[in-house]
Amino acid sequence: MRAVGRNVLRKDGVSKVTGAARYIDDLTFPNLLYGRTIRSTIPAGEIAGVHLNFDTAGFTIVDYRDIAGRNIVALIEDDQPCLAEREIRHVAEPILLLAHADRERLLAADVQIDYRASTPNYDPAASAITFKTITIDKGDLDRGFAAADRIVEGEYRVGHQEQLYIEPNGVIAVPGPDGPGGDEGGIVIYGSMQCPYYVHRAITVLLDLPDDHVRIIQTETGGGFGGKEEYPSMIAGHAALLARKARRPVKIIYDRVEDMLATTKRHPGIIRHRTGVTRDGRLTAMEIDVLLDGGAYATLSAVVLSRGVIHASGPYRCDHIRVRGRATMTNTPPNGAFRGFGAPQTQFATEVHMDRIADALGLDPVRVRDINALRPGDTTATGQRLGRDCSARQVLREAVARTDFTRRRKALAGSNRGIGLSLFFHGSGFTGGGEVKLASKAALALTERGARILVASTEIGQGTRTMHAQIVADTLGVPYDCIDVNAADTGEVPNSGPTVASRTCMIVGRILQRCAEDMRARLGAMTPRQYLRAHGPLVVTKEYEKPSDITWDDSSYRGDAYGSYGWACDVVEVEVDRDTWQATPVAFTTVHEIGKAIHPMLAKGQIEGGSAQGIGYALIEEVVMRDGRMANGQLTNYTIPTTLDTPAIEVVMLENPYKHGPFGAKGVGEMPIDGPAPAVINALRHAGFDLREIPATPEKIMRARSASPEQRRPSAERESLRSSARSGSELGVGPQRAK
Amino acid sequence: MRGSISNRRLFEPRSLRDALRMLRDEGPLVPMAGCTDLYVSLNFGTLKDTRFLNLWRLDALRKIETRGAGVSIGALATHTNIMRSALVGKRLPMLAAACREIGGVQIQNRGTLGGNVANASPAGDTLPVLAAADAVVVLASAGGIRRVPFTAFYTGYRRSVMRPDELIVAFDIPAVHGRQWFRKVGTRAAQAISKVVMAACDDDRPRIAVGSVGPTVVRLPRTEAALASGASIADARRTLVDEITPIDDLRSTAEYRRRVAANLLARCLTEFGMS
Amino acid sequence: MPITLTINGTRTRITAHPMTRLLDVLREDCGLTGTKEGCGEGECGACTVLLDGVPVNSCLVPLAQADGTHVATIEGLRGRHPLQRAFVEHGGAQCGICTPGMIMAAVALGRKPSMDAMRVGLAGNLCRCTGYWAIYRSIRSAAGASKR
Ligand SMILES: Cc1cc2nc3c(=O)[nH]c(=O)nc-3n(C[C@H](O)[C@H](O)[C@H](O)COP(=O)(O)OP(=O)(O)OC[C@H]3O[C@@H](n4cnc5c(N)ncnc54)[C@H](O)[C@@H]3O)c2cc1C
Ligand code: FES
Ligand code: FES
Repeated sequence: MRAVGRNVLRKDGVSKVTGAARYIDDLTFPNLLYGRTIRSTIPAGEIAGVHLNFDTAGFTIVDYRDIAGRNIVALIEDDQPCLAEREIRHVAEPILLLAHADRERLLAADVQIDYRASTPNYDPAASAITFKTITIDKGDLDRGFAAADRIVEGEYRVGHQEQLYIEPNGVIAVPGPDGPGGDEGGIVIYGSMQCPYYVHRAITVLLDLPDDHVRIIQTETGGGFGGKEEYPSMIAGHAALLARKARRPVKIIYDRVEDMLATTKRHPGIIRHRTGVTRDGRLTAMEIDVLLDGGAYATLSAVVLSRGVIHASGPYRCDHIRVRGRATMTNTPPNGAFRGFGAPQTQFATEVHMDRIADALGLDPVRVRDINALRPGDTTATGQRLGRDCSARQVLREAVARTDFTRRRKALAGSNRGIGLSLFFHGSGFTGGGEVKLASKAALALTERGARILVASTEIGQGTRTMHAQIVADTLGVPYDCIDVNAADTGEVPNSGPTVASRTCMIVGRILQRCAEDMRARLGAMTPRQYLRAHGPLVVTKEYEKPSDITWDDSSYRGDAYGSYGWACDVVEVEVDRDTWQATPVAFTTVHEIGKAIHPMLAKGQIEGGSAQGIGYALIEEVVMRDGRMANGQLTNYTIPTTLDTPAIEVVMLENPYKHGPFGAKGVGEMPIDGPAPAVINALRHAGFDLREIPATPEKIMRARSASPEQRRPSAERESLRSSARSGSELGVGPQRAK
Repeated sequence: MRGSISNRRLFEPRSLRDALRMLRDEGPLVPMAGCTDLYVSLNFGTLKDTRFLNLWRLDALRKIETRGAGVSIGALATHTNIMRSALVGKRLPMLAAACREIGGVQIQNRGTLGGNVANASPAGDTLPVLAAADAVVVLASAGGIRRVPFTAFYTGYRRSVMRPDELIVAFDIPAVHGRQWFRKVGTRAAQAISKVVMAACDDDRPRIAVGSVGPTVVRLPRTEAALASGASIADARRTLVDEITPIDDLRSTAEYRRRVAANLLARCLTEFGMS
Repeated sequence: MPITLTINGTRTRITAHPMTRLLDVLREDCGLTGTKEGCGEGECGACTVLLDGVPVNSCLVPLAQADGTHVATIEGLRGRHPLQRAFVEHGGAQCGICTPGMIMAAVALGRKPSMDAMRVGLAGNLCRCTGYWAIYRSIRSAAGASKR
């Protein structure tokens, strides 16, 4: 029986429900030491002195001078030190590392750091350091605005969001001689992570070791959502430094507070739109300005910004678009990867803005979207011509029909309930030339009963092992149960690139499929066993091959930004309590077109889970930053949705295959989180509360402008008739101004 | 960061008398009930005390029983015990309602009424109920028993009249004859800390208490007096706003708390049939 | 003074500081690492075990208060509980870190919990992966299975 398209049992299911699955904190080693990180308590300044106010006997103590290689967390820019030397750029910046065999003594150790404080900057618009700027230009903006009957402007704000995987970050570093490199001092690192090869590179640079002296092994990982994309390189570096110095295994597990205070979050952003529209609702010009708060170091800000700006004009056709994006530095802990990667921020703005355009024109929000939704043959902001796998209108129409949106909207008018929708898309795989640069590899080893998958893609809950095994099983023509999946261990698997960007199925899955095709051809009529007897071991390794019809020019930001896009539409009904302004999502429907659901249940799990996270982002998840420090870094004060906060989620999956995806599959991991926030805000607007910012806490809803036309204050809306419209730069909506 | 425990000492009394004697002779000791507050601070590393008294075995303090027309609830009764008690359900449904909204089941199964009160957070959910119901806190020490009206129990933010050698042993709650009302407004739908929490009853005259709007839970004597002398809901709202002193904090704003407290009052009074 | 408790049916003597968290006793002294720590503040429920049959957060229970009790952990279900199979079949476990605590809390819901009972009874168990509905479907299906 074929495996693809069926809900086969997930590979890691049994171990997870029995408690047998081993997460990093479940492992121990002989002679283990526990590690602890001493961090800065100020947001900006210099270290003036370090005092160890404890008996240091039995302690291993590491600072930047113990670093043999380069003191950086190697990623894109090399700006972030693994341990601060002098300069402090944010609260919770690591300065000193301690290890001890006795946790109680470790906890009791008192370290005092003296500082020379300087003035921090928390305003991304006022920052002196810009990590990245990107401009996307399509057509001629002036012409577009000239063709407009009206211009609608708006400014939208999104806050930080914490990934809040339930398993905090943790690693164990085990130094040689048992490890690679033997007595020469190689190191093995076990940990909770998404990208073993990111960690591998960071450690070789930090410790100045050859590649084969460093081995990274992913342990069962209790959620990532992007939060274990780049950060594990940091904590692994710390454990490795301690372990090398102590010549003993060192375990560092963050507690929840440390994890919240020190690790990356979703970038906050300010997004401005200035849009030209005709009376009948056609978009003639879109001018969009995106500002992301990168935090103290560059980490992945450049690529987050890239995905953000490419998605900023939404799934809409428009001939004249300019998107300008900037990510700047502030004195807060670095922001980084989080499911969606810039797209939730920018599409929030687009989708709330679309409703305001509809309002301004007195048109139905569905109609405005339907007129403008991208169709096959249309081009995106980067000039990518969409193929038949573009489904923007299908998902919109399906969602509207399913929810009886238009009638429902009329029926609810004037009540304390509102209904809103959002139409969105999400590119699968790395942006632009990313996949070519990565040149990912995957391999398949023939086994007696089938094959063993060798990829560095990690299972973090989304079902990597299962979905890959399904693709291989059907391509090879063997039962699903005959496919094994190797641990993501850099000592055994090739570099398949990071487990991010909705690429694990579409990109890595496709490479695996090619391995399986090749293996099947070699097997011919033989069974695996017969082949092994006759020819000995067989390992097929393949590298990413760019489909010839994909082109991208990074210097002009033009071309096929992604191989393919998923398309989706969310509809949410929200009830606002008249006494407390608490908004409760009471019904949620989402229609997702994902190419092909390799495992419908896993795909649905991604959509439900991502939608729930999106609802949290929309309503209750608020990082309160005070003096550069997350002031609510406990689960009791940073609230994520519980059972009672999560409405029933109706999931509809449509399939419109992508020709280069395995069995037609596109990505599904990230897209679900792009849509809920704008849908919720649009529903609130329908219920009478005009918000431009998330999270829409009751406090903000209470203070929101009334969205009903008769109460609307003139200053609240900055629409102007075409005759009085000025160009973007005159209005100052181009480059961001300081407040 | 987690606090260490090797330097801490736990006393294990076998009876209430034992416990009170230990408090007198070995004190100061920090009483440990369900530990749903204490162990959070221990795990956060903010608990500095080193000597503790384990109350958990003192089953005598778990009783929920009739006391005249009212109820007496032992300090160690858990939120689960209380919400499941038929007696409480009948005589003091607003307390059952409060306990039902505390934490999740795991917290309800361990957290106690005595702990909620002794912890003295202004956001404690059972506190407005006890205040509105004119409960009496029964305090015991080796020297004897002291009965303190709940409304006189707190003296300031996280401060009360309870002495270090005393334990809360029970709450005596006189009969409430009129309707009862409870509403919690938390940071999310479940497992939430209150931003505003209100309890009220309309015996011969309305009695109203609010939490999270000042350093301690408060009764609203002026609002109550106004209502007793026939004030309108609109007037009562205004009086309430003058009577509470909410602040901006991590979880909410003073303005929100003020406006929501006024709205809850109006909602409650409307449900009580006033206008 | 050693403390005696029954863990998954086996009487066990523990020699540890009486204020040690039950969670640490299970994970470190008994090697039962199926019970997880997600927060140490009673919020996430990943450390949920049954203490004399009722769910508690083992990160908030001092060993001294578990003296003489029966503790049931995920390992005690021995892979044979209908809920365990159902969580695999219906997508109730994604990353799996919340799963042991979630299943123990679900065990305490009894045979055929209503939708309300599930939503209220699991409100103290956070799951960041599933959005909860696959968990309800798993529990529902286990209820159906155990009826047969
Ligand atoms: C996840 C979570 C959710 C929560 N949700 C809520 C909520 O929704 N609403 C709410 O109000 N609270 C909530 N709490 C707080 C807590 O659960 C309650 O305050 C609970 O009632 C405390 O009782 P306890 O027995 O656990 O107290 P403990 O932690 O044992 O003790 C708390 C304090 O009271 C003292 N004490 C305890 N008993 C006595 C006594 N008999 N005499 C004298 N002093 C005593 C202790 O010394 C200590 O200072 C929550 C806690 C957690 C961890
Ligand atoms: S670890 Fe115990 S509740 Fe989170
Ligand atoms: S399955 Fe990952 S937290 Fe629940």
